[in-house]
Formats: sequence, C-alpha cells, structure tokens
Amino acid sequence: MTEDPKNQSQNQDKRTQAVPLSVRDLTVAYHRKPVLWDVEFEIPTGSLVGIIGPNGAGKSTLLKSIMGIIPMAFGKVEIFGQPYRKSQQRVGYVPQKESVDWDFPVTALDVVTMGLYKKIGWCLPVRSKHRTEALQAMERVGIADLANRQISELSGGQQQRTFLARALVQNADLYLMDEPFAAVDAATESAIIKMLRVMKSEGKTVIVIHHDLQTVASYFDHVILLNMRVVADGPVNEVFHEDNLNKTYGGRLTLLDEVSEAMRRRERSI
Amino acid sequence: MSVLPLILAKFPQAAQVFLSHVFALVENRVAIWEQMQRLALLQDYNTRVVLFGTATLGCAAGVVGVFTLLRKRALMGDAISHATLPGIAISFILAGTFGWNEKSLPILLAGATATGLLGVVSILAIRNLTKLKEDTALGVVLSVFFGAGVSLLGIIQQMPKGHAAGLESFILGKTASMVASDAIFIATASLLCLACCALMFKELKLLCFDEIFAGSRGYPILTLDLALMTSVVIISIVGLQAVGLIMVVALLVIPAASARFWTDSLGNMTLISAGIGTFSGISGAGISAIFPRLPSGAMIVLICAGWFALSVSAGSRRGLIVRSLRRLKINRSVQRQHFLRTMFELSEEANSLAIVDGISLATLSVARTWRKRELISTVRRSVKEGWITRIGNQIKLTKKGKIEAARLTRQHRLWELFLIHHADVAPSRVDREADHIEHVLEPETVAELETILSEDRQRIPQSPHELPHQQHDSSAARNVANDLEKKRVNIRNQENC
Repeated sequence: MTEDPKNQSQNQDKRTQAVPLSVRDLTVAYHRKPVLWDVEFEIPTGSLVGIIGPNGAGKSTLLKSIMGIIPMAFGKVEIFGQPYRKSQQRVGYVPQKESVDWDFPVTALDVVTMGLYKKIGWCLPVRSKHRTEALQAMERVGIADLANRQISELSGGQQQRTFLARALVQNADLYLMDEPFAAVDAATESAIIKMLRVMKSEGKTVIVIHHDLQTVASYFDHVILLNMRVVADGPVNEVFHEDNLNKTYGGRLTLLDEVSEAMRRRERSI
Repeated sequence: MSVLPLILAKFPQAAQVFLSHVFALVENRVAIWEQMQRLALLQDYNTRVVLFGTATLGCAAGVVGVFTLLRKRALMGDAISHATLPGIAISFILAGTFGWNEKSLPILLAGATATGLLGVVSILAIRNLTKLKEDTALGVVLSVFFGAGVSLLGIIQQMPKGHAAGLESFILGKTASMVASDAIFIATASLLCLACCALMFKELKLLCFDEIFAGSRGYPILTLDLALMTSVVIISIVGLQAVGLIMVVALLVIPAASARFWTDSLGNMTLISAGIGTFSGISGAGISAIFPRLPSGAMIVLICAGWFALSVSAGSRRGLIVRSLRRLKINRSVQRQHFLRTMFELSEEANSLAIVDGISLATLSVARTWRKRELISTVRRSVKEGWITRIGNQIKLTKKGKIEAARLTRQHRLWELFLIHHADVAPSRVDREADHIEHVLEPETVAELETILSEDRQRIPQSPHELPHQQHDSSAARNVANDLEKKRVNIRNQENC
C-alpha cells in the first residue's frame, strides 16, 4: 500500500511481460502410480491452447496440479512469473461439469456469484452489486434470463455456460477449462468458441482440455499433446499431425505404462 | 404351521396389555395436567432453561446438518457420537479414583470429546491409509467404540462405589436429569456453532457444492472441512445429555433431509431445517419432562420422523404429492397436445379445417395409439376447456381450438425439422424424439428455431415424414427439407463471415 504508483505500475509491467503459464519438470503421482512425468511447457500470451490426449493421460490432473489442488511430487509452476498462490486472482478455472452435484439447492445466479466469493472476502455477505456483476457475466454467455433457475432445471449446455460465467465474472487473465465442450449442444459449442475468441482478442490466455480431434485445428492456435508426458507442444499447424497423434494415442505400451504396471504389480504382491 | 392366525388371536390381548402400559404413563392425570400447565407457562426456571437449551441444540443441529448432508458426510455424526461412550465411561472411572465428582458434566464431556475426536481420527486414518471406503471405516469405528463403551459401563456397574445410573441417560438422552447449568452450557455451545455456520455460510456453501473450484480459488478445503466436523463433534457432545448418543445423529440428519423437500434454495433449506430442529428439540424435551419414563432422545427422534413423513409426502417442492400432481399435469398437457395435433392433421388431410360434420371418435381412436379411456377423458377435458365441441360422436375444433392446434402442429414440425437438420437424426426416429422434447420446449427455443428454420412466422411446414394415417408419398415434405438444407448452409456461411 505504501508503494508509490509508479513503482507499482512497473511491477505490473514486469508481471504482464512474464508468460501466462510456465511449467517445469512437473511430476505428479497418485498412490505410487505416476500420472504425469517431467511435464514441461510454456504458454504464450493471448493464445487459445488445446490440451489433448487419451483418457487417463493426466489432462485434468495437469490443470489441478497447476492450481495446487493436487500436490506435485516435483517441479515448478509459474503463472505470470509468480507461484499460483500469489497469482490465483488472475486465474479462472472451469471444472468438469460432472464434478459437482447438479441437484444442489442453488440457483444459476448463486453459482456464478461463487466466482466472486474470494473478492467479497471471508464471512461477508453477497450484496446486490455482486449480483449485478454476476448477471453481466451471465449475459455474456447468453443465460441471463435463466438466473433464477434452480441448477437442476438447466440443460447440460446451460450448466456448462453457468460454469463459464462463474469463471468469467472473476475477470482473470488466464483461464483453465476442463472439457467445456463435453456433452454440450451444437448451439452452446459455437457460442462458447465464439466467446473464447472474444476473450483471446481481449488479450486473455485460455487453456482448454479438448476431446474432439476434428475441431482442434479450427479452434486452437496452440496445442499440447499429452500422454503422461508432453508428446508435442507448439503451434497447431506445426505439431498437430498424424505422427504426433499416433505417438499420443498409440496402442503400443509406452515405457511409462510399463513402469506403472510394474509398480502396481509390486504393490499388489506386498 | 401357520403362525399368523396365532398372532392374530393373541393380538387383542397384547394390545390391551400395551395400552394399559401407555395409560400407566398418564395414571396420575391431575399431576400431569399441572405439569403441562407449568411447562406451557414456563413457570419453572429449570424447565425454562432446559427447553431453551434443547431448542438451541435442535436449531444448531438443523443448521450444521444441512451442510453435512450436502457434503455427504451425514453419517459422520453417528460415528462420532457412538465414539463418545468409552470416553464418558473412562472419565467416570478416573473421576472416581481421584475422588472428584463423578457426575460432573464438564469432566464427562471432556472424556467424550477425547474419544469422539479419536473416532474421527480413526475414520480418517482408515480411509486414507488403507484402500477401504469411508462407509466401511464408519462401520468399524462406530461399532468398536460403542462396544468398548458398553464393556466399560459393565465394569463400572461391578465397582463397589459405582452409581452408574446417571450414565445411561447419555445413551438414550434424559432431559429430566438436566439442571440449569447443563442447559446453559448446551445453549452456549450450540449458539457458538450457529454463529460459526452463519458467518461462514457462503464459504460452506461453496465447499459443499464444488470443492475443486473452492480449492482453485485458494480456499483451505481441509480447514473448512475441519471447522464443519468440529461443529458436528460439538453438537454430538452437547447433545449427549438431551438426545443421547444413539439418536443424536437423527437431529443432524432428519431436519435437513426434511427441509430439502420444501425448497430449492440453500438459505431457505437452512431456515426450515433450523425450524424443524428447534421444534423437535423443544417438544421432545417437553414431553420427556412430563413423562420422565419416556427418554427425550426417543421423543425428539419420533417428532423429527413425523416432520420427515410430512415433508416426504406433502413437501412443496419435491414431496410425493406435488410430484405426482406435476406428472399428472404434464401427462394431461401431453395428451391434449397430441389430441389437438391429431385433430389438425386429420382436418389437414381432408384439406379443410372447417369440416362441417367434425371428426368421429372412431377415426380419432385409430389415428393414434391411445387407450380408450385416455381418449375419452381427454375429449371431455378439451370440451370443458373450450378447444372442441362435441355433438354425439362427432368432434369439431372451436375457433380457439383451431388456432391452438395449428400452433402446436407447427411447433412440432419445426422441432422435427430441427432434429433432422441440426441434430442429424434419421427421419424415421424424428416423431418419437420430437414427442420427447417438444413438451419441454420454451417460447424462446421456439423463437430460436423459427429464426433458424423459417422467416415466415405464420406458415405451418409440412410434416417431414409420413403421418401415420397418410399412405401417399411425401414429396412435398422432401421439398421443404431441401429448402431448409439450403437455408442452413446460407446461415452457416454468414456465420463464418
């Protein structure tokens, strides 16, 4: 607070110059089973990034360990040049739709407002100005008229948009989205991708876990192919080709699979 | 061989014996009447305080219960309360050996807290260190701790100086043995829990709804969970005297579960749950105060159960009655829509909406697969609602009915076309799918479909598939479909630009 404004703006400059996300040597293991090994990549500012890989490749785990929800065994994650703890206000997260109970007794507006809780602060109530802010975010994803619906009455696409609005309301600079296109209708999918492009034009960086290989080339400008390790990472037109896809999705057991299989066998014999 | 007649033969006698026992409870009617008056007027200081204590306990349990229920930890309270018994017994024995007052509540509850927390730790340890699931851990801890407690109580009864009589009240609950200072203690602890939940309402809501998101926003999940579990421990422990350790879980689960049937808002759910908890606490303790032989825990649970039964059946949001009424209403509106659409399609086939004689019931009944009774009741309702007029077996759409039938048919067909062109559904499956979805169509969706499918707001598109009573070819429909395909390509192109 005592810092003079000039100094502060210089700090701001330094921070914005740093890349939105840099991951070094990230290794994560659950119960002795390696999930991610030596993951390393950097995301350029203002890009739409797709993370693709087969089931169990560790895509969700990667996002969660970036945010410190899952502890990493080794490695370093920096967001705008700072650890997540310090920069989490600049990160918006959209979890998988299936990760919550949609029968929970709240309205869509309540859910979107949750994106503001940290800003509102501990123990303080949600006020009407916060609700207005949440409504504006809902407007952006086209569900403002559903604000007072109980969330179980929303369609799958509307639920996904609710989650997006909850992240948007935070006005972050880096967004991490876990399968926002999974099980949504065509209208929602095109609405979401349009919105992501708008966000990109505003200078935001968006990282999306994606399943549909057919749309990767048209949706993203940067792609990370992941299967427990980074198979390839770079601009879509350079790394998104059959060779890399085979390496990522290939049926052949990779070395890592063999190692984890061996470890599981050993654990069982104990 | 057959036991049933034997039981039935014995039943009157058994009932008589049972009733005589019940009446024995109210033998001294004058005294009981006086007691009730004293209770109702809150004349007695002790009663007043005890009722206040159980009321705040019920209220706090109702509020904490909402969060544990939504966090899907409802049974944790049960394990915790059972785990308190060995602590109570141990502190009783220790107090005896050191020559302190064995019945002092703080000493007993300190012991209860110790083993209660040990129970929580054991559950967490079993869950995290082994591959066993939480329900297994709960079962193991609950039974083992309770078994240990019961054994210790047996030992106490063998002791020469043991007056273990008061300890049973911890198992089943006995407000009669509560004094004012106990009640004040209970009320203080309950109010503390209430304040904690009220202050962190927003954070607990987030924790229960979306733990992962809460974690991503930097909320300390473990600390929040611990705060919630601490509240459960506090409620279980201060509830021991009033409700008893076997039944305190009911106060944590039933009010919250009942409240869910009345509302879809967490705030209201919390208020209703608190209300049910308060009421059950007061009335259970009150009944037990009048009839000291009825344990207050059992009374509180039974009153809770009454609320639960009422909520399950009559709950205004999810109660069985409301839900079956809602289903009936939907069924009726579906039937009406089918009926009107069929009327429209039959008239359309006859190339005129103004058929002079109307359509006969016989024609209608083969046009769709209705059950006869369904059709007749739908016709009767439609006459009453003014969609049709009926003369003998001839049915005619009224003016209002014509408009509605045209609207419904148009909506149905738009939806069918949408399914064919935008959802890539085979035409043979469209009618079924459209039936499925169109009944949940909202005006805005229809508007959206209209803009996608046609600029002409009045035109009714032809059915894209053959109608069940149409056998001739549907080249006209195919033309419509082709038109739409072109339009769709145009819209896509515009979007891409």
